[in-house]
Amino acid sequence: MDGYLKLQSTDSSFENLRKDFPILSRIVRDNKKLVYLDNASTTQKPNQVIDSITDYYQNHNANIHRAVYALAEEATEAYEATRDKIANFINIQNRQEIIFVRGTTEAINLVAYAWGRPHIKEGDIIVTTEYEHHSNIVPWQLLTQEKKAKLEYIGMDDNGELILDDLDKFLATGKVKLVTFSLMSNVLGTITDAEKIVEKCKAAGVPTLIDGAQAVPHMEVDLEKLGCDFFAFSGHKMLGPTGIGVLWVRKSVLETMSPFHGGGDMIREVHKYETTWNDLPYKFEAGTPNIADVVGFGAAIDYLTKIGMDNIREHEIELTTYAIEQLSKVKGLHIYGTKDISKRGGVISFNFADVHPHDVAQIIDEEGIAVRSGHHCAQVLMERLDVAATSRASFYIYNTKEEIDVLINSLNKVAKVFKL
Amino acid sequence: MSGNADIYHEMIVDYSRNPVNYETPDQRKLDDSFFNSTDVTFHDSNPLCGDSIDIGMKIDDDKVTDIKFTGRGCAICMACTSVLTEIAKGKTLDEVRKIDKTDVLSELGLEHLQAVRIKCALLSLKVVKSALYTYMGEHLPDSQDVDNLKDEVANLY
Repeated sequence: MDGYLKLQSTDSSFENLRKDFPILSRIVRDNKKLVYLDNASTTQKPNQVIDSITDYYQNHNANIHRAVYALAEEATEAYEATRDKIANFINIQNRQEIIFVRGTTEAINLVAYAWGRPHIKEGDIIVTTEYEHHSNIVPWQLLTQEKKAKLEYIGMDDNGELILDDLDKFLATGKVKLVTFSLMSNVLGTITDAEKIVEKCKAAGVPTLIDGAQAVPHMEVDLEKLGCDFFAFSGHKMLGPTGIGVLWVRKSVLETMSPFHGGGDMIREVHKYETTWNDLPYKFEAGTPNIADVVGFGAAIDYLTKIGMDNIREHEIELTTYAIEQLSKVKGLHIYGTKDISKRGGVISFNFADVHPHDVAQIIDEEGIAVRSGHHCAQVLMERLDVAATSRASFYIYNTKEEIDVLINSLNKVAKVFKL
Repeated sequence: MSGNADIYHEMIVDYSRNPVNYETPDQRKLDDSFFNSTDVTFHDSNPLCGDSIDIGMKIDDDKVTDIKFTGRGCAICMACTSVLTEIAKGKTLDEVRKIDKTDVLSELGLEHLQAVRIKCALLSLKVVKSALYTYMGEHLPDSQDVDNLKDEVANLY
């Protein structure tokens, strides 16, 4: 694993790793340097990840788990090695509990289908929260509508934090069958007090699902410590390729689940009218999987592990603190969510006076800045905040304070155009 | 490559700041809101960006005697909707039927608007035409044009 940089959590050493990311030297629009601040949406990929995918296709490509020839063995080994890397990365003992999926959305839909359909009955309650991504709302709407069950929401206070009294109220009904929440809001950056929620649910005998899509790329996540029953996250938000993600399910729960997709690789024996299922986790990985991107995902985990998740968190705290400080000085700019940096990740949603976020994003795009504008797949949260949309800047390992300065300067242009 | 931000010229910014034929969402909630006395009102939104508008029309003798909009949107959406209501006001249903996207875009110099923003500019035209076929379906049962108009709306952008 040569070519990785030894890093400390200082700004300059993090700046050195920018050279691993070819896209960061892109020039966009009118000769402007790209300032990529849409990392909550997807992250850029280092050469180590890109090269690992190329190497897989150039040297090892074959289908896995079937043939006996050399290439098939290498491909299977590379694929399964990522499963072990993931087990280590999120601290779980049993690699059979890791299922490869397309991403967090598919992971949650898999749970709603393969666990939810056999377990949820009329009158049951599923609890989610007001700051969820649509992927942690819509699958539960579909399920509860089908089963005549009920979907309830843990509310959010004006500081962007969950009101856990709501959870107590729902649990007291004795009808809650699942509590599902994100470990970090993709809009507000709020870090959920997951251990407290899981503790309350455990006391009530209720399983928990955690959407880790926003948290896993940015901080150390220890599933043994969290103690939840389902956990989902995506590769592309943590330097990995698109189209690959992970669903982890506690084995005792996984054993009670029916299959998701039927097909090859998920079976033990198929006869004309009945089939027996393959062992875990293969029962849930029907068909030829996304082998090359699983390999790339493994390279991304190696890269992040080398830097150290604590260093990454520290770097992002530094950037976020600086960004909140600078953005707060812009007249007419409103930042959503908590200012308590220990409770938020590197995601900042804001609105600038009465200018629509799309107009903000379009004008600063001329300066080469990539921020997201819109409802961020969180319309329930937008309703709660009583806004149609926000602008969102989100950081990762390769962002710098200078880039935040470029963002601040570009906002002056917005102010000028809209005569603020 | 340059010049996408040039779309934010004086007229767009002014219209977005002071939309015409417009009720704020708060005014819309009042008893004397224009929208409580329209002959037809239609709502639509752009699912991925958050532009969301209602357009209401008063129709008398096959003529749009009054038209207003409410809702929230970006500067492009607000300016184009303002302009469209100005164009449509006083026109016969047949004339409104024939309003074309270039009628709206050229009024604001947006003929070369990038694809990702075209939906902001044309949402209001979609809503007006949808309102029109809704009205025709309810009041002009003999009209053969309702289905054609529905197709046109579905393929607007």
